[in-house]
Amino acid sequence: MLQAFQEFWLYFPLLQNTLLAGSIIAIVAALMGYFLIMRGLTFAGHALPYVGFAGAAGAVLLGIDPVFGLFAFTLAGGVGIGFLGKEAHARDITIGILMTFALGLGLMFFALYSGYAELVYSYLFGTILGISQQDVLVTAVCSLIAVAALIVMFRPLLFSTMDPIVASSRGIPVYALSIIFMALVAIAVAMSIQIVGTLLVFTLLVGPAATAIRIANRPLWAIILAVFLGLLYTWLGIFLAVVLFNGTLPVSFFIATISFSVYLPIRLLSPLWIGRGIRRQRNQEQQVEIEFEHLKARECVAVEVKQESFK
Amino acid sequence: MLVDLLHESIIRNAFIAGTIVAIVAAYVGYFVVLRSQSFAGEALTDIGFAGATGAAIFGVSSLVGMLLFALLSALGIGALGERMRGRDIEIGMFLSFALGIGVLFLSIYTATGSAHSSSGLNILFGSILSVTTTDIQLSLIFGIIIIIVTTFLFRPLLFASIDPEVAQTRGIPVRTLSIVFLLLLAATVTESVLVIGVLLVFALLIAPAATAALLTHRPRTTVLVSIMLSLLFTWGGLSLAFIGTFGEHLPVSFYISALASIAYFIAVIARRAHLLQPPRRTTAPVTTRVATMNRKA
Repeated sequence: MLQAFQEFWLYFPLLQNTLLAGSIIAIVAALMGYFLIMRGLTFAGHALPYVGFAGAAGAVLLGIDPVFGLFAFTLAGGVGIGFLGKEAHARDITIGILMTFALGLGLMFFALYSGYAELVYSYLFGTILGISQQDVLVTAVCSLIAVAALIVMFRPLLFSTMDPIVASSRGIPVYALSIIFMALVAIAVAMSIQIVGTLLVFTLLVGPAATAIRIANRPLWAIILAVFLGLLYTWLGIFLAVVLFNGTLPVSFFIATISFSVYLPIRLLSPLWIGRGIRRQRNQEQQVEIEFEHLKARECVAVEVKQESFK
Repeated sequence: MLVDLLHESIIRNAFIAGTIVAIVAAYVGYFVVLRSQSFAGEALTDIGFAGATGAAIFGVSSLVGMLLFALLSALGIGALGERMRGRDIEIGMFLSFALGIGVLFLSIYTATGSAHSSSGLNILFGSILSVTTTDIQLSLIFGIIIIIVTTFLFRPLLFASIDPEVAQTRGIPVRTLSIVFLLLLAATVTESVLVIGVLLVFALLIAPAATAALLTHRPRTTVLVSIMLSLLFTWGGLSLAFIGTFGEHLPVSFYISALASIAYFIAVIARRAHLLQPPRRTTAPVTTRVATMNRKA
């Protein structure tokens, strides 16, 4: 094991770009993933990378830099999903069919382009082990923009995620926030696809956040924990893939496996600590409800008394 | 002459397989839409992808590997609980894990050079043009079993999907039904991958049923319309692919998914623009009335 670590340090200069880009993506994905999960948009997180994949295919066919195709498609898809609004049932179906349509287009683009299989694979699985300085720079700039925007709208977004009805009655533009948020997710997804591949983006979005909300109750703690877990998975995944297996096996496999094997025991054991919190919360809710009933009853009496007195 | 004959048999096989799969997927898809389990369908497909690539390494038929994986994980998802809100996250975690394994198998498969790298793509995007007679026989048998079981369970499943609580009080085993349905879904998805591929399963599973649900409201009519639409998309897609458009022969899966999603979006827009009659609510009030009666009794 010690030897493996020493070997890792030897590799370090070669891996510098990979680790940098991977870390940036892990942080941004965990941030976005927390809100995605809390807003019930897990499926959108699965669909958007595929939509971006189709965009990249189209750009390749037209002879443009795939980056433009990626951003155009994910932004259009993200804003479209943001427009769909609240009802989860109808939304899931529309997202699914939108994804199917985009993937069908992607298939057509690749069929028209002759260098078929190679490119499909490179966009599905990513090229995390061959990243240039410029890639890191682009990733860093994009994530800075996305994270800065998220921090600016953090409180209203959190409020509208937890309780959209109350938030909108308080004058928070819930609808606009949902669209801006999806646009940010789209940016994050587009930049991640180039590095980690279509299939892994979803793991980095959902894995750390899903585990974190099982452990931490408060939003801020959950987000910090998610970012930490995301970084941990990415570093461990790269370490295992490069050092122990010499890069013969894909990094996405290791990260997905680590993420799942951390999640499963926590999910199975979480009733031990989550149950207590929920029970306490439910008691409080009942208390509030009872008080509300009392209040309503008193108001009714007051109204009746008023009507009586008017007569 | 021989080439012509070969070509003819490819076309015939493709049409037979496409027809079987279109009917089965649209039938089961009606319940998927009704129960809003589209994400579960997507997850089972991706898990099946891992199974298919795994089977390819060991030289087993990818259909068998896929069926095995999908059935097992249907049991797993079913065991984790009934329809609750957090279910999405569980499905998502299973899905990302399955994708990881699929990627692993695929990379081993292509690295060992045991086959051309495009066979991985066949699983992802469908391979209806290379369907064998054995595939057709298998999918026919599975299709008949799925349709018989679904028809047998039609009424209780419908009841349990629309109003699980009332169904439970009426003595319908809602939980068991939900697991049985996931198993049916797993088998259906496996079949569909043969025609349309892992990534485009929604085109036959969800799109026809969702479009039909926008057009009509009665359960039986919706199922019939859904099957008709599904057949239309499949035959249309196959014909377009064989005839070719703009001098290009594009993949069948592309045509089917494009037809299906465009039909859905047209139906949605027509609905929004009030061109379509909003379906009359016939079932919901009856069940609520039954529910209140039950509670009073």
